[in-house]
This record gives sequence, C-alpha cells and structure tokens, in this order.
Amino acid sequence: MLNRSFVVLAVAGIALGAAACRPPAPEVAPTPTANRDSIDAANAERERREAEERAARERREAEERAARERAAAEERTRREAEERARAAMAAARAAFATAIYFDLDKAELTSEARAVLDAKLPLLRANANVRIRIAGHADDRGSDEYNLALSQRRAAAAKRYLVDQGIPADRIDVAGFGEERPAAQGSGEDAWSKNRRDEFEIIVGGETLRLP
Amino acid sequence: MTRVLRHSSATMSSAARAWLLLTPLLGVLARPLAAQEPSQGVRIGLTYSAGTRPGLYVLPLRGTNADSIRAILTRDLDFSDRLSVIAPDSGAPVTGALNYPLYARLGAAAVLQLSLNAAGGLHVVVHEVGAGRVLFTRDFPLSGTLHSAEWRFRLHAIADEIERQVTGAPGIAATRVLFVRGGTLWQVDSDGAFERPVSGVTSALGPVWHPSGTKVAYTELRDDGTHVVLRDLATGAVRRISTRRGANSSPAFSPDGRTIVYSSGEDGTDLFSVPMDGGEEYRVTVGRGSTNSQPSFAPDGRRLAFTTSRLGRPEIYITDSDGANPELLTTSGFGDQLYRADPAWSPDGRFVAFSTQIEGRFQVATIGLRDRAVKQHTMEGVNEDPAWAPDARHLVFTSSRSGTKQLWVLDTESGRLRQLTHGPASRMAAWSPRLSTAR
Repeated sequence: MLNRSFVVLAVAGIALGAAACRPPAPEVAPTPTANRDSIDAANAERERREAEERAARERREAEERAARERAAAEERTRREAEERARAAMAAARAAFATAIYFDLDKAELTSEARAVLDAKLPLLRANANVRIRIAGHADDRGSDEYNLALSQRRAAAAKRYLVDQGIPADRIDVAGFGEERPAAQGSGEDAWSKNRRDEFEIIVGGETLRLP
Repeated sequence: MTRVLRHSSATMSSAARAWLLLTPLLGVLARPLAAQEPSQGVRIGLTYSAGTRPGLYVLPLRGTNADSIRAILTRDLDFSDRLSVIAPDSGAPVTGALNYPLYARLGAAAVLQLSLNAAGGLHVVVHEVGAGRVLFTRDFPLSGTLHSAEWRFRLHAIADEIERQVTGAPGIAATRVLFVRGGTLWQVDSDGAFERPVSGVTSALGPVWHPSGTKVAYTELRDDGTHVVLRDLATGAVRRISTRRGANSSPAFSPDGRTIVYSSGEDGTDLFSVPMDGGEEYRVTVGRGSTNSQPSFAPDGRRLAFTTSRLGRPEIYITDSDGANPELLTTSGFGDQLYRADPAWSPDGRFVAFSTQIEGRFQVATIGLRDRAVKQHTMEGVNEDPAWAPDARHLVFTSSRSGTKQLWVLDTESGRLRQLTHGPASRMAAWSPRLSTAR
C-alpha cells in the first residue's frame, strides 16, 4: 500500500542520500519549458516566408500593372494611328472634294485652282480603280443656255490639267450644269463667285479608298 | 388666196382720189371697183403694207358665250399688231346692210360681223368699208368644251383666218409658246391663257419646236450631266439624240424638219448635225476647245447662226450649215462689255435677234442680214433669249422688268410690249409654228 511504498522509498532515498558524501540532485522528470531559440527561429522563418510571398505578390502586381500599361499604351498608339489614318483619309477626301473657282465668263484655271487640283493627285494616284466626275457650273448672269456649254469647258479645263499630271482620261467624266445648280443663292459678287466653279465627285470606288 | 393690191396715186383718177379723201385711214389704199373687174377665183382684199394698221371694227355679238367669243377674237386680232381693233362694248348687233360711210368715219377699213349659227358654230362676215361690200363670209364650227383649250384654239384659228382675209397674211393666234419654269417644261397659249406644264417631263431646258408642231427637242439635266432629247407631244415618247456623256445642249431643227443640230463636246463644245431618222453625226464647227452653242437656222436651211467664244468672249457667228465659211455677224462696236448670245434667225430670213450686254445689262436687239444694222428693242430691266413668232415680226423673250423673270411679247415694228406669263419665274421661250391642233 501507497503509504508503505512511499515510506520505503523515502527511507531508501534518505538512506542513499545519506550514504553519499554529498546528497545528489533529485532526479526530477523535465517539465516542458519554452525554448526561445527555436521559437525565434520559427518566427523568423515564417516572417521570411511571408516577406517573400509579399515581395513575390508585389512583383507580380507590378508586372501585371506594367503589362496593362504596355497594352494600354499599345492600344493608344494603335488608336492614334487609326485616328491619324482616318484624319489623313478625311483630309484626302476633303482635298479631293474641294471645288475650284473661275473668273467671270472664263474657263481658264487660276493658280489657286491649279494648287487645289494638285492636292487631289495623291488620292487619285493611290486609287487606280476610282472613277470621278468633274461638274462645271456658272453664275446666273449671261445666257442661261450658253452657260450650259461654258460650264462644260470649265470641267474640261480641270480634266485636262489632271490628265496632264498623269491621271488617265478615261477615269474622268465631265459634265456642265450651267447656272442650274447654284451653290449660293442670290445675286451679287459674293454669291456669283461661289457659283463659278468645278465640283469633284467620286462615282466609282469611293467606298474602298486607299490612303495616299 | 387673197390678192393684195397696191395702187399708186400717180395713176389714180380724180374721182378715185376724191373718194379716197373721204376715208380717213392712214396709209390704206384700195383700188376703186370701176378700175378692175374681179375675175373668177380672185378676191380683192385690202392692201396691207408694213407700218400700217388698217382699222377693224368688231360689231357686237349676242348669244351664248358671246362675250367670251368676241373678247377672244378681239384680243387675238389686237395682239397681231397689224390691225387697229375698234370693239366697243355696247351697242346692238347689226342686221341688214351696213352703213359703210359711218364705219369709214370711225376709222375702220374693215368691219367684222359675227353671229352664232344654228349648229352652234360662228358665222363670220368681213366687210370691206372702202369698197362698201362683203369681202369674206364663212361658217366655222366651234367644238370642244366651253372655254377648254380646244374651244379657245378654234377661236384662235378663226381669228387667224380673219386676219388673213383682211391683211393678206394669217395671224399667229393659233400658236403656243413653250417655256421653262422650275427646271421643267411648260406651255402657254399665244394670248397668255392656260399656263400649264407639259405632262411627263421632269427636267427640260431650252426647248425648240419641230417645224411640224408635233415634236419638241430640249436639254434634259440629270446627275451625270446634260443630254438632248426629242419628245413627241402627242404620245409622250422620248428619244435621246445626244451620244456623248455629260455636256450636250441647245438643240435646233433645220426648217425642213429633217436635221437636228446641237452643241456637244468633251473639251470645249462644237455644233453637231444629225439626221432626224438616225445616222452619222456630222461636226459643223471646229471650235478647237472654244464654246460653240445655240444654233439657229436661216429659213432656207442653208445657213445657221450660233454663239461662239472663239474670239475670247461670246459673239454671234453665221456659217453655212455644213460648217463652211464661218463669219462674225455681230461685228459692230455697240454695247460695252462685249457679250452677244441667244441668236434667233427670223422666219423671213431678214434679221437675227439676239441678247447683247449694254451698260451692264442684257437687252434684246436685232441685226439685219443685209445691212448689218443693229437695232436695240428693249431698255428696261434685263432682257434676253428672244424667239420669233411665225409672223417674223413678234418676239417672245425673258425679262426681269416686272420683278421676276417672265415672258414678254414684243412687236418689233411698233415696239408694243405685253406680258405673256405670270406666276412663278418663266424663261427660255420657244414660239410654235402655226398649229393645226389644240394639243
């Protein structure tokens, strides 16, 4: 019984202890105590790992951002190029559509008219399949019927110039509308000068123009 | 055919001379009956010389639509400018013998007596005042709905025949004028009645009548330019005459109706002649890039006038109809900014009417083919684009004098003017030949 065993052990122990010169430290089972080094080491490990992951994450995010920005920049560049192309095409079309003007009763090209005609050449040269019509007009003074024929000469003068610059004659139609289709109504030099003109129109191939 | 006689006072007997003094008529001479027996088939009519206007007294007419009938006839005869029409509104119709001296005192060389016959037609008697006798009697049918174009046309034809009996030449009442309004084709009767569009036409400029009066040619304007077409007025059938693209205009018929000449080209315009029933085109002018347009034939068909820019500004040339011998017609230094256009050769061959710029505005003038003398006929407003009536005396032209462009009729001998069209702007007139039908 417990009381007896204990007394025995205790007596034995005292006896053993008494038998030695010095009584030995009592053999005690080690209780779990915190090992600071390993804990620190584990913590450090964990922090290191987290820092790595953070860094990796940040690197990734930075890369994604950079990639997005690159894509956006490319998109912008592409759009700007498209815009420029559209603007260039609009400018070429506008240059093509710009009318030229004539002095009273005359069908001769002025120097301004020649410059305006020169500006049409790039579009025409870049689009060999295109067919155009040059329509001549007159102001409402003078003989109505004679103006039909006069206005045809105005269209023919512009055609001759373009043909001289290398555009094939069979790609250019001419027409004369006399005073029948004025650009500006009313009388007075303001209106009249706007009506003595040639107008330019693409009649075949206008949907699929190539940039000059 | 009425024979028109002229008598010179040098050979007149004193009795005839005294008799003539009783007839206070300006310039009207009549051979006394005693001096000539009328032979079978020859009618003695009044003499008519240019510059004179025999007085015509129009007696009252009673009956259904009498006022309209008399008004239309009276107006037609007055518009001929060859008769001084005396037509008082009041008075009773005259039956029985006429009191010729009375009408002589009133200034009449002839009296027109109208009545409605049993068939609803018009019974016409023309009296010669000086000779004191009936000159002409006829019954004319009147058909068509009252006041319709056909009914009016019948009256116009009657007026023309009355005028032929009195003056020796038919009138121009039974004619129509084609013109352009709103970019399409319209027509109006010679007295200004019935402005109406020609049905089925969408675009028309510069119309001209075929000499038969049954067809018309004009310039059609489409998006791809202008083309010359021929239209049958009765059927509405249209045929394209021009072949080139884009710039074809101002057609004209030769007087025999067999050829059409028009302006066309791709670099400058020239006149091209083509047979009406098809065939090869023939180039009449060699313009070398200048504008050549607006052909107008002489009545013998051998020459034509046209407008050309070959001298640097529009002038009128004449040429043989095959293109030989082109020559400047408008040589005189009249007008300032030199611009002459719209030539129209008179049906008697004596004159070319045209538009010319004078003091900055266009006016209508004529130039004689013999003496090349130029006469200006208009002063007020802007006046252009003359066309002759078949009597070679009246011109229809476009004038701005009323505020809008309208057609006006001018008598080149007396200078009398009347406005033909009213309503929206009207221009580019062409006077028909004498027509045989109302359509």
